[in-house]
Amino acid sequence: MDEILRIVTQTLAELIAPTTAAYAIAAIGLNLHFGYTGLLNMGQAGFMLLGAYGFGIATIAGAPFFVALLVALVAGTLFALILGLPTLQLRGDYLAIVTISAAEIIRWVGRSTWLQEWTGGASGLQGRDFKESFHALSPLPDGRTAIGPLEYINTGSDSWWTRIFAWGLVALILLLVWLITRSPWGRVLKGIREDEDAVRALGKNVYSYKMQALVLGGAIGALGGVVYALPLAIAPDAMGRTMTFFAWTVLLLGGAATVFGPVLGAMVFFAAYMLMRTGMRSLTSNTGLGDVITTTNVEQIGGMLVGVTLMLLVIFRPQGILGNKKELAFNVR
Amino acid sequence: MTADRPPTASLARRILAALAVAAAPVLLTAPPAASADTQPVATDCRPDDSTACVAAMVLDEENEPVADVALTISGGSGFSETITTTADAPASVAVPEVGRYTVTIDPATLPADQPLPEGAPTDLEVTAQSGATARAAFRVGAGAAAPSTPSPAATQDTGGGEGDAPVVDDGEGVGAAPEGDASERALTLAQVWQQFGSGIRFGLLLALASIGLNLIFGTTGLSNFAHGEQFALGAALGFIFINQVGMPLWLGALVTIAICGLTGLAQDAGIWRPLRRRNTPIMQLMIVTIGLSIALQYLIQLLIGGGSERILSSNPRPLTLAGVTLSTASWLSMIVALVCIVGIAWFLTRTRIGRATRAVSDNPALAAATGIDPDKIVRVVWVMATSFAALAGLMWGISYGAFNWQLGVQLLLLMFAAVTLGGLGTAFGALVGSILIGLVVELSNLVIQSDLRYASALVILILVLLFRPQGILGRRERIG
Repeated sequence: MDEILRIVTQTLAELIAPTTAAYAIAAIGLNLHFGYTGLLNMGQAGFMLLGAYGFGIATIAGAPFFVALLVALVAGTLFALILGLPTLQLRGDYLAIVTISAAEIIRWVGRSTWLQEWTGGASGLQGRDFKESFHALSPLPDGRTAIGPLEYINTGSDSWWTRIFAWGLVALILLLVWLITRSPWGRVLKGIREDEDAVRALGKNVYSYKMQALVLGGAIGALGGVVYALPLAIAPDAMGRTMTFFAWTVLLLGGAATVFGPVLGAMVFFAAYMLMRTGMRSLTSNTGLGDVITTTNVEQIGGMLVGVTLMLLVIFRPQGILGNKKELAFNVR
Repeated sequence: MTADRPPTASLARRILAALAVAAAPVLLTAPPAASADTQPVATDCRPDDSTACVAAMVLDEENEPVADVALTISGGSGFSETITTTADAPASVAVPEVGRYTVTIDPATLPADQPLPEGAPTDLEVTAQSGATARAAFRVGAGAAAPSTPSPAATQDTGGGEGDAPVVDDGEGVGAAPEGDASERALTLAQVWQQFGSGIRFGLLLALASIGLNLIFGTTGLSNFAHGEQFALGAALGFIFINQVGMPLWLGALVTIAICGLTGLAQDAGIWRPLRRRNTPIMQLMIVTIGLSIALQYLIQLLIGGGSERILSSNPRPLTLAGVTLSTASWLSMIVALVCIVGIAWFLTRTRIGRATRAVSDNPALAAATGIDPDKIVRVVWVMATSFAALAGLMWGISYGAFNWQLGVQLLLLMFAAVTLGGLGTAFGALVGSILIGLVVELSNLVIQSDLRYASALVILILVLLFRPQGILGRRERIG
């Protein structure tokens, strides 16, 4: 019984975990790319890693919190510009190949010895080196607070302040996305997704609109990277392809081209993922199943199930939980 | 996470015991070396259910073992043993109990030209377990001097199934090539030539894998993100059949290729053909391949564990041809790859099905109108692509020694770079692009850090898209 309670608590905790918020933000950025504009960005983890590096390195260099946040945004913006310039005029799958490659380049450079002085090499940047300015902003008193079964310290790495900041940022970004996607600008993006040539015939500069969407989504992705790094550390190897693919699963699960899809997707995805892993782990350690499956295997089986879920989602319910099947970006050329 | 694992004799242990038995002849044939006059310790240890081994070796910057270095292994309750390394196999010693042991290197016994890098520790900690060999490796020599290279590395040889290694994205997966960090070496013509040879090896194996990727793209328009995993599956199944089951090389290779070919057939019949029937947009299919690649990647991890594995447990025999020194297995792999590529070229240009394949690539509707069944051609292409990817992966695993579960995705990006450089959808473009990418990767090793050499290939990919998006052999109409 205690075991079940523990599993349920861990699953609930995952609903409001900062990591869930970070993936929600990354998926919102991806939603601007894919859901609204039809761009296949397979390198969202690269934007996130750059954002995290920008924030971490600027903070270590002595920048105040909001300046460091700005550096992260600029890093994401520049990365989007560099990627968009050669690829946005080409067919969609080229953008996919280039973004996934560029994200890997960022990770390889980050973990290489070349820039180790700033990036910390393969071991990355330690959390305590860049978190102080963030913790100093906390208005919460010292101590711990328990709400229901969830108890965290008020200010610290895995704290209420991190959660409040992360979800506050999610709310702000959602508001922004809601506003811009119902504006004329947002309608042009949807037009590009549906029929690029028709929009071009209306005299719109498709390339420029695509670039704006890529930059905006990329900057949001960079913020997601900052939120991801705040409770943890900046480790290049934790922010690789798997992260991009998880963000895609989150987006497609919640529903592309919807405002709340990415947030709902992130919550459902991480709660289910945690439930499955803790449940299986508990089974392996308490029943005979442990003879066949080790705890390491649980992670691997979990990963396999994510992959299969993504396949089944895309095949059978491409609109996800909230989406509208008619409004889908899959028909890009 | 592994700490709370119940101490059950898992399947992995049993696999491991089989592995150890397979590796035993290697250890037994190792010469008794110079240890004879120091002490009568058996430096050959064979782990079984009641024996735990600690093995240690010293590697120079070429990843060659350095002989005659004294290492002291101590720990447990007052256990201390000095062993001397040999040039052939890691020196190993049986330890009386499981637990943590410290391996200490005696820097005085190192060759004068192979000093321990500055700042590198002289001791490593390993954890010995029954039925396993805990390995410690010291890296010495000028090439290892960079403070970043994780010079002394203690690894736990846990065999298949239950990698103790943390499940992290480790960019070094295929970076574990026999050449060390060359950036600190002086540039000579001989080295350039050697790297050129390695580049051709890389290119030929890459070509064998990426031709399949390009054929799939040509006939169906699909960028198959799971192709890298098919490549890694070849290496993983090869490891299982040849190393763990103990099949002879040729039989293991045939079984591996047959199984991988069947996965291609099954995929086409079970996933891709029904989806084509439903007229699923190509981008949706592409995300399905990404889901498939995640699933396969974790499946491979489940099969071979998180650590890096070797298909052949014997040490590679070097062979110098035309001034280029590669392992004999590498030369054989290059010949096999070349024969296969020529065979594919002959198939595509001279046989009925091959010509039909090119027709479908050109214009599926027109091909169908002339009586070709595109579904049949696509099925042949899927089987070919997965089989050749498996063969390439298997030969990659053999030529480069060790591989891990991340092999697939890393190679996938290089395959994409190769086919984009050569021309998406053109079979011969894949060959040209792969050789060029292979050369770039290996030659760039001479001027930049070796941990960035794959990045150089990807930078080329981006530049190609900037200036010649259709690739070297591609046609303009292919860009959208």
